Amino acid sequence: MDLLYYPGCTVKTSAKCLETSGFAVIKALGHNLVEMEEWNCCGVVASLTDDDLMHHLAPLRNLIHAEDQGQEKIVTFCDMCGNTLKQTNLRVQESEENLDTLNNFMDQEEDYKKSVDVQHFLEFLRDDVGFAKLKKSVKKPLKGMKIMPYYGCTMLRPREVAIDDAEEPRILADLLKSLGAEVIDTPYKIECCGSYHTIEQKDLTAKRAYRISSSAQKAGADAIMLSCPMCKFNLDHRGKDAESLYDGYKQIPVYYYTQLIAMAMGLDIEECGFDSHTVDPIPLLKEKKVI
Amino acid sequence: MTTETNTEIARKTNDADTPEVSALNIYVMGKRYLVPAGLTIMAAIEYAGYQFVRSCGCRAGFCGACSTVYRKDDEQKLHFALACQTTVEDGMYLVQIPFVPAAKAKYMIEDLKAEENTILSLYPEIARCVSCNTCTKSCPQDIKVMMYIQNALRGDIAKAAELSFDCIQCGMCAMRCPADIKHYHVAQLARRLRGKYIDTLSKDLKKRVAEVEGGQYDKEIEELVGMSEEQLRGLYNKREIEAKKKKEGE
Ligand code: SF4
Ligand code: SF4
Ligand code: FES
Repeated sequence: MDLLYYPGCTVKTSAKCLETSGFAVIKALGHNLVEMEEWNCCGVVASLTDDDLMHHLAPLRNLIHAEDQGQEKIVTFCDMCGNTLKQTNLRVQESEENLDTLNNFMDQEEDYKKSVDVQHFLEFLRDDVGFAKLKKSVKKPLKGMKIMPYYGCTMLRPREVAIDDAEEPRILADLLKSLGAEVIDTPYKIECCGSYHTIEQKDLTAKRAYRISSSAQKAGADAIMLSCPMCKFNLDHRGKDAESLYDGYKQIPVYYYTQLIAMAMGLDIEECGFDSHTVDPIPLLKEKKVI
Repeated sequence: MTTETNTEIARKTNDADTPEVSALNIYVMGKRYLVPAGLTIMAAIEYAGYQFVRSCGCRAGFCGACSTVYRKDDEQKLHFALACQTTVEDGMYLVQIPFVPAAKAKYMIEDLKAEENTILSLYPEIARCVSCNTCTKSCPQDIKVMMYIQNALRGDIAKAAELSFDCIQCGMCAMRCPADIKHYHVAQLARRLRGKYIDTLSKDLKKRVAEVEGGQYDKEIEELVGMSEEQLRGLYNKREIEAKKKKEGE
């Protein structure tokens, strides 16, 4: 099956390994991701104010591009992109007036006909492929890997666009189980990573990364698995920074779920781009004999 | 005062034996002038008695000095054009933009690398783009301006350079952008990075530079320098035009 793919800027720059490993996985599952012919930045954060329609132009333009290509669904890897696109989609579904204003502003483009559904790649795996089926493609189960699934915020909030329950999500835990890993559950799985504070307040974000990662380690985890590129940077990179703030602290590796699926399916490790990580994720995979 | 129609005025101002030219109303910064049809905006403004000290350069659509903003009196839309390339129309309210304030980032191209974040680090404001597409609509060169900014943002330097290739740096995009982006400087950086680091160097160019430096063409140049204007003209008119030759050969 061909799926229309919305990349977003992050997977083209700082999170290339999310895209390459995701592509490897989807190909191995017998599907084909086709990048949209034309796309722009998702808008990054969804504007919640009533009078700030300008910031819905970017996401809406992408939805129109999908319609231009005659597609009713776009799939994306990035949590932020997925969130922003979904929120705008919802906004214009609910407010005809807002949609009119935006359509009128974009007077050289086709009007948006509200036909597009935005899907996070995790939803595609859970709902369209099914974790049970995914489990059948596992060649190298992640046996003995104790992993804390980390959700962050944008995949779970607000409720209207969430892909799982905001307080007790299980999509990543279920996925981990199907890959044969041991799930380590902690209440910090839905704690905010610090998000964009990472630019101006590195220490604040490093402290948050420490809180999340050390709770995982105390519960026995030797790695974290997540989906969002922003969370990944903060837990992996700022987590490493935290080593200089906390005596004896050592940051554990952080994996994208696509990388762990790729490893469990026995796909080419090159597609995982592990060399872009701050904390080397390879030794643990070797220790647990996954590779 | 009764208003005369354009044709009536044109008739009056034309000699009996010259063919009738219709006249148009244009407004230069709000003041009405009657000008003959068929002129470029630039020529029409000059016809009205203005002398350009800014907003005029090559007169050939290449330098980007003659940015013009206009609105026709019966239209809602604002238009953007190059004064030297656009024919004047009846009812145009015109204003020439002499200069665009947009500081260029300082860099030494030798010190840069063509990486995903190179452009973003020198022009971080590109991340403010809201995808309104106003820049594209303001471009007299019909460039996909928003898309080259978007490609710069996602680190696709080669694509940003390609999409912006026809940019003449008129600055209209930068004047209109709600995110205060300085598009044409971003585009120029993309093209410089692509030229220096991404595209392969042409072997022929290297060869030719060596030939020039080796003095292979010195004699020819000296001959040219010694020629009279007439001889030069004759030579120019007889020159071989490659494209023409190819066409004839087909
Ligand atoms: S005018 Fe500015 S904000 Fe609008 S699309 Fe162009 S670059 Fe983006
Ligand atoms: S891209 Fe901007 S500066 Fe370049 S020609 Fe178009 S409007 Fe002018
Ligand atoms: S005067 Fe140079 S482009 Fe018009």
